[in-house]
Amino acid sequence: MLTIDNLQAKVEDKQILRGINLQINPGEIHAIMGPNGSGKSTLANVLAGRDMYEVNGGSVEFNGQDLLDLDPEVRAREGLFLAFQYPVEIPGVNNTYFLRAAVNAVRKHHGEPELDGAQFLKFAREKAKLVELDPTLMNRSVNEGFSGGEKKRNEIFQMAVLNPKLAILDETDSGLDIDALRIVANGVNALRSPDRSFLIVTHYQRLLDYIVPDFVHVLVDGRIVKSGGKELALELEEKGYAWVEEELLAGAIA
Amino acid sequence: MSFTTDTLEQDLKTQEYKYGFITDIEADSAPPGLNEDIVRFISAKKNEPEWLLEWRLKAFAKWKTMREPKWPNVSYPPISYQDIIYYSAPKPKKVLNSLDEVDPELLATFEKLGISLDEQKRLSGVAVDAVFDSVSVVTTFKEKLSELGIIFCSFSEAVHNHPELIKQYLGSVVPYTDNYFAALNSAVFSDGSFVYIPKGVRCPMELSTYFRINALNTGQFERTLIIAEEGAYVSYLEGCTAPMRDENQLHAAVVELVAQKNGTIKYSTVQNWYPGDKEGKGGIYNFVTKRGICKGDNSKITWTQVETGSAITWKYPSCILQGDNSVGEFYSVAVTNNMQQADTGTKMVHVGKNTKSTIVSKGISAGKGQNTYRGLVKILKKATNAHNYSQCDSLLMGDRCGAHTFPYIEVQNSSARVEHEASTSKVGEDQIFYCNQRGLSSEDAVNLIVNGFCKEVFRELPMEFAVEAQKLLGISLEGSVG
Ligand SMILES: Nc1ncnc2c1ncn2[C@@H]1O[C@H](COP(=O)(O)OP(=O)(O)OP(=O)(O)O)[C@@H](O)[C@H]1O
Ligand SMILES: [Mg+2]
Repeated sequence: MLTIDNLQAKVEDKQILRGINLQINPGEIHAIMGPNGSGKSTLANVLAGRDMYEVNGGSVEFNGQDLLDLDPEVRAREGLFLAFQYPVEIPGVNNTYFLRAAVNAVRKHHGEPELDGAQFLKFAREKAKLVELDPTLMNRSVNEGFSGGEKKRNEIFQMAVLNPKLAILDETDSGLDIDALRIVANGVNALRSPDRSFLIVTHYQRLLDYIVPDFVHVLVDGRIVKSGGKELALELEEKGYAWVEEELLAGAIA
Repeated sequence: MSFTTDTLEQDLKTQEYKYGFITDIEADSAPPGLNEDIVRFISAKKNEPEWLLEWRLKAFAKWKTMREPKWPNVSYPPISYQDIIYYSAPKPKKVLNSLDEVDPELLATFEKLGISLDEQKRLSGVAVDAVFDSVSVVTTFKEKLSELGIIFCSFSEAVHNHPELIKQYLGSVVPYTDNYFAALNSAVFSDGSFVYIPKGVRCPMELSTYFRINALNTGQFERTLIIAEEGAYVSYLEGCTAPMRDENQLHAAVVELVAQKNGTIKYSTVQNWYPGDKEGKGGIYNFVTKRGICKGDNSKITWTQVETGSAITWKYPSCILQGDNSVGEFYSVAVTNNMQQADTGTKMVHVGKNTKSTIVSKGISAGKGQNTYRGLVKILKKATNAHNYSQCDSLLMGDRCGAHTFPYIEVQNSSARVEHEASTSKVGEDQIFYCNQRGLSSEDAVNLIVNGFCKEVFRELPMEFAVEAQKLLGISLEGSVG
């Protein structure tokens, strides 16, 4: 699905990613944890193609294609989805209208007929139910005036509608109350399938109680310094990142 | 042989004489320049009654004493009024009975602009009075309208068939003394539309006129007059497009609206004249005077405009709220891209009691475009309980464009409530990326964001016009992000 090889990226002359290696196979769920400022969102944004970040080394292969060679909208149409850490407001643009435009852009890319308003609405309503999205949010402007939690839930709703091959969730659990967290997790689990993969950025082991990952990676200072199974998240929660860093240091000395 | 100033003047005089109205009445167009003879020529061409010629001449005399306004926040090289051709008519072919007889080339042009008469007739029941250059070419649906007593015709026709109405209302809202361009228009106006809705009649369809500027170097001086009698209702659409032009073309239209007691007039404009090229060469100068009077109690006038074209726009559709409880509304989207300049807004003059006005202005600037909102809210002494709400939002694309807001407020009655809100925002890189990440191209993203910004105005437009307006917006902002 996704192969990241020695990926390096910088922003405004500041090197942030310093050689990321990661392999995600179809159907797998990978969690990425790591201290603030370690580069988790940067990685997510670089994968999605944000041009603010300059890739200055390494390569990424996505379903046989050179991902870094594709425009961000093409990456999206090819099935890469990013749930934003800070979803953006687009005043005056109807949420449903926006999403239909997105779905049709994807369909067009794959040579499928576009959905008309009625067809789309029927489909979108089902997905809204899946993530227990308040239906009135569908008729409001994209994220405008949404509460923090509503924005996050709207991201998951969009994901459910767009049906991506690889979904990257950047701290979708932050700012969610317990119920919302469960709902979001249920949404993800419902979408879990042998040909869909997830990369989930989170600070909290709690989310991983609901969405059980296949792998957990720890990102420190632009590198993945430790990888393991789901129990690694528990260990991190208990011991903190200092533990990983100490281990690293010990390893370097030894 | 040397030219003295005297001989030169003499020479010019003979030239003028050579093209004078008496000798050259058969000409398809007037020679360039403006003098009394030209005014007479135009009037004679149109077979006008004496009183109208006199009115034109008075306007011309007034115009000569006036100076071009310099206060708008726009700049352009001086206009040479003596190089402009003030009258031109397309070659008359024969009287047309149906669309089939219309010049296929003309129809093709309309088609290209997405405003085919055919389609409109069939799909939307819109009666179209198409003005091609200065003379009406085709008028549809007239019969159906006349059954209801509605008059919808070219201005020239109205002069001949309904002189009493023209006499009564012409210049009653925008007198020829009003401003420089209104005086000029009054002297040389070529044609335009006339609408009269009798008492108690609700016009069953949107009335629509498409203007085009076609002949080279022809200033366009349209004159429109719309009257809604007591309890009458009409929605009028004005759409404008012009083909590529190298030289600047002056357009100075005048529109007058009169709404009697309980009468309602909705006037919607989509303006898409040639804006000039990226360097600012060419393009239309659009200096328009539009004003409506809510004469009777409970009357209402709504101006909705989407201004995407023209090199320079100078335009303040206004309402005089004379009747008690009358309502004035102004909804505007103005786009300036590349070197375009716009100084536009409205005047709401509250005269009667409980009068209410709403102003929603959306300015979009891209490239090096300069966009100015200029609005006046004036509440006179007797206007107790007047209420105005104004909202002026600016959207900037890139950092070489500009947005300016000049709200003027004059309140002479302390019971007035005047609210003003203003905002300036940028099309954010984060917004575009968000759309990209959902599969939308940057161009579609900009369209979406801009259309969202304009939503409050678009929803005031009739459906099919709103769709066209959205398309236009996209076309005029093409390539402004990337
Ligand atoms: N546009 C930018 N300009 C300057 N610095 C940036 C920019 N974007 C990110 N950075 C810096 O890059 C580093 C990594 O940021 P990033 O957002 O990837 O961290 P993160 O791991 O997602 O942190 P958090 O857990 O707080 O979300 C930070 O030091 C941040 O300040
Ligand atoms: Mg982050």
